[in-house]
Amino acid sequence: MSENAKHTLDPNKWIELYADYLHNYAITRVDGHELAKDLVQETFFSGIKGKDNFRGQASERTWLVSILKRKIIDHYRRLNSAKGQQEIRMSFYEEGKKKGNWIEERVPQSWGNEASKEIENDELKEALETCIKNLPEKYRMVFLLKTVQQYETDEICNELDITPSNLWVIIHRARLQLRNCMEKKWFNH
Amino acid sequence: MGMKFMINCDEATAICDKNQYGEASIMDKICLNFHLVVCKYCKAYTKQNHLMSQWFGKYLTPCDGSEKLSPEEKQKLEEKLQKELEKN
Repeated sequence: MSENAKHTLDPNKWIELYADYLHNYAITRVDGHELAKDLVQETFFSGIKGKDNFRGQASERTWLVSILKRKIIDHYRRLNSAKGQQEIRMSFYEEGKKKGNWIEERVPQSWGNEASKEIENDELKEALETCIKNLPEKYRMVFLLKTVQQYETDEICNELDITPSNLWVIIHRARLQLRNCMEKKWFNH
Repeated sequence: MGMKFMINCDEATAICDKNQYGEASIMDKICLNFHLVVCKYCKAYTKQNHLMSQWFGKYLTPCDGSEKLSPEEKQKLEEKLQKELEKN
């Protein structure tokens, strides 16, 4: 292929060439196999509908990834608007006069001798995973992207179309809930 | 000026959380440390937060990119895609 050759689209080969790649891309960014699969399907559909807009400057794969990125952002937007707002958020701090102080019954309790508890590795891992599963979807994903996948703040903001201060508020709330959950699960308070 | 250093527990723990990723500013950290002198709850939070960060690093593993769609899933996807292609 000469350098000037334009890229072309061949939807008949998309599944074979890109399904796993796109699915992998999605699964690190959204919650679960099924959701990732749905987004890949939507990406292919949008690709077919929009194939006349393909100008051949990027590779087929790059073009499909850019569509998938949009789908991921849209997914998180939907979470914000509908379901996200119904999710009950536990609050940890006072409002009003004592704004920002710990609510008395939510203050961190002593974890006692933390080190001796850590021997039970599998159980600890399981408790952590359960607590993470209990987080609202958006909190969970932002937390995992930052903490486990170790993405840069800018990158997450870009991919999910949120601001850095959004991101830190989400991380803060996620970690507050996780700490509280681990306290109950692991330290039996 | 003096008041600038005074932060509440919500702000202090938010800084503590940010600090787990090494992204709290120097000013943030000064405010946090001031707060920790007078607040035993946030002090406990900070200690526990460090411990949790260690656990996260130790027990949570990133996706390794080995997740695959099954042949059946791909087959179904292929069929749907073909239908869509016929429409367009």
